[in-house]
Amino acid sequence: MRVAILVLSLWILTSSVSAQEAIADFGPAGAAQRMLIRSTTDIEVFGPVLETFLDDRPGLAIHYEQWGSNDLSALTATQCEQGGEVADLVISSAVDLQVELVNRGCARAHLSPLVAALNPSRNWRNEVIGITEEPAVLIYNKDLVSDREAPASRFDLIDLLRPEESRFAGRVATYDIEASGLGYLFAFSDSLQANTFGRLLEAFGRSRAVATCCSAEIIDAVAEGKYLVAYNVLGSYALARAARDPRIGVRAPTDYTLMLSRAALIPKDASAALLAGSLIDFLLSTAGRRALTAAHLIVEVGGPDDIEGDLFGGGASSLRPIPLGPVLLASMDRQKRKLFLDQWNDNLAAP
Amino acid sequence: MTKLSALPTLSRFAHLSLSLRLSLAIGVILVAGGIVVAVAALAYGQQAAQTTFDRLLIGAANQISASITIVDGAPVADLPITALELLALARDDRIVYRVVGPDNETLTGSNSPTIPPLNDDISFFYDSVSNEPVRLVAVRRHFAERGYSGTVTTLVGHTLRSREALAWEIVRSALGVLAIAAVFMVVLAGFAVWSALAPLRRIERALLARDPKDVSPLDIAVPRELDAIVEAINRFMSRIKRQMDVLQNLISDSAHQLRTPITALRAQAQLALEEPDPARRTEMLDRVHQRAVGLSRLTDQMLNRAMVIHRTDASSRETLDLRKVAIAAAESFDDGKIFENGTLRLEMPDDELPVRGDFMSLVEATKNLISNALTHGVAPVCVHTGRREDLPCLWVSDQGAGLDENQVKSIGGRFARKDMPGQSRIASATHGSGIGLSIAAAVAQAHTSELFAKQLNSSFEIGFCLDMHPKKGPE
Repeated sequence: MRVAILVLSLWILTSSVSAQEAIADFGPAGAAQRMLIRSTTDIEVFGPVLETFLDDRPGLAIHYEQWGSNDLSALTATQCEQGGEVADLVISSAVDLQVELVNRGCARAHLSPLVAALNPSRNWRNEVIGITEEPAVLIYNKDLVSDREAPASRFDLIDLLRPEESRFAGRVATYDIEASGLGYLFAFSDSLQANTFGRLLEAFGRSRAVATCCSAEIIDAVAEGKYLVAYNVLGSYALARAARDPRIGVRAPTDYTLMLSRAALIPKDASAALLAGSLIDFLLSTAGRRALTAAHLIVEVGGPDDIEGDLFGGGASSLRPIPLGPVLLASMDRQKRKLFLDQWNDNLAAP
Repeated sequence: MTKLSALPTLSRFAHLSLSLRLSLAIGVILVAGGIVVAVAALAYGQQAAQTTFDRLLIGAANQISASITIVDGAPVADLPITALELLALARDDRIVYRVVGPDNETLTGSNSPTIPPLNDDISFFYDSVSNEPVRLVAVRRHFAERGYSGTVTTLVGHTLRSREALAWEIVRSALGVLAIAAVFMVVLAGFAVWSALAPLRRIERALLARDPKDVSPLDIAVPRELDAIVEAINRFMSRIKRQMDVLQNLISDSAHQLRTPITALRAQAQLALEEPDPARRTEMLDRVHQRAVGLSRLTDQMLNRAMVIHRTDASSRETLDLRKVAIAAAESFDDGKIFENGTLRLEMPDDELPVRGDFMSLVEATKNLISNALTHGVAPVCVHTGRREDLPCLWVSDQGAGLDENQVKSIGGRFARKDMPGQSRIASATHGSGIGLSIAAAVAQAHTSELFAKQLNSSFEIGFCLDMHPKKGPE
């Protein structure tokens, strides 16, 4: 069945009051069942996945709202306490915020065989469920950085930045973690993974690496040659861009690759919780995974001896999923965050 | 063993199968045991879960508390990841933590719950967070440093799901073990019932497999507890056997003993019919009459003997006075002159002669002894009662030559050894008095005694002595 996007409108709101960035409707206008999804994922990226889902469900229409992650989390938390127009499914790349919502008791459990079969790192209490597999990657400008020179791991990156006269000095970019929740999450997860983090931070500081916002801007700047390398870019965005921009090279660090799984939760007051559950099950099913793979939301990391993946990396054994669970609460801790930001800012200054 | 079922109040229980009884008993044990084990396991499980997860809480709280340092005169917690990892071991539980300064201000973590009044540096309490109960620990740390002094309290808690899951897990395991034990017990009980009832089935099979005429004792190896049953069956069988023997003897004896006199009677009657001389015919008819009288006495005695032998098996024993037996027997011969002319005398001691026995049988036996002495002996006949070798005895004496020892023996044994040659001779020679003596002998035997006979200088004595406490004989 062919589903038409009925409405696609885009607002850019400068107001600090929370509001959606874009909305879209999928499925027939007069459908018997309706479902409201709020997500941080771009409509263009997630739309085809939803259309595949709706192919088998002619009586269902989906209203899709695209939100910024902090606004979405704040709205969900407010509705958790005060009610309102509660979404049936909330999908966010800010998995730490999603975990916090669950810890506050704002989600309801979705029990199904597919959820039960998930790796424990992708499921907490059956209330927050990881639906995508997106690595944090290194990207580089293929015109300016040869394949041989391009860093394959954090050690390579540190080595590139070491020489006093390195041409990479000042031309490596990463997220401004104070402005980007995703950048903060990746940096915080890095700090938990290995002591490479301290050395990397030191190398960034010495080489005057740039912390900036946000994914699209960083990728643009790399494509234009302003930056040679960008660290900890979300692989799904990078690969989508690389698919149509030959200047962009993408690599998963071979020492270890952080793996983000976008988290879906069903708010406790959701009116169409069963439909939301069936969407989660679809996303975890073979058909759903195929659709997510097509949308670059499931990325397979290839390796030297392994099968060829969507990008070069350290293979399956190098993957470090960011686990959905209470440990993520530490990243949100007021004082912990302040200490971490202080450490970051001591090394990196905004451009 | 049949009496139990005859009691109406007990009959329902009496008919309850052994398997059912055992099942009931085991069922009660299992249900009661199951409840006890479940309650104990629940208490133990909750205790164990409480201890286990409280330790997680303390561990996490101590780690957080230890991470607090004074930075620029203010306490700062560098929340250790390991503390959260520790709490995450309770896989399904939501977490709450809060670090509170001396003025009750939240330093980090959530703004609730509030801290109850605390007495110790480590204390546990319950609260609830977003409608779910939580177990919390409060750990106090006292700072007295340059620029900062005061107590910082760290609260750490989580919901109760993992505790309850662990408690139920323990209960489930305990009940699982109990279920296995129950199955084992049921199987064992089934086997016990089966093996305990096996000897009964053996008895049943042995009885069913028997020839209907076979009343010989059962010879089956049974457990000691069932010896009594087998013994009772065997005793019952022997009684049936005796009754059958009596019947058989009675029939064959009757056939044999009645046939000859009846043939003779017929012949004499025939002769009398053909006798033309009225005087001789009258004489012959007189003989026919005498024969008929003798025959009727013989029939009488034979029926009496059958009755006596039947009674020895069927009647219960009572304590009685042997003198009364003698008097009753002698009185039956009283025709108004037999005592006056001294033909029959009674001789007895003043004291009671208590014996256990059947009064009617003993009287019948004595009557036969008296009758025998009156018929074949020489008057005067005397009925004696008294003690011989300290046993109560009854004997009849007359002044005749009596019987010799062999004759007495053959009389006593005639019913047991039916094929003995000469028995019919004795019977016919004594006109049935042999039957009389044999009744006496049978009665004596039934009372676990035997006839004794003694030839004195001028008199003959025949009688029996009874043990007051005979060995257990037929009931």
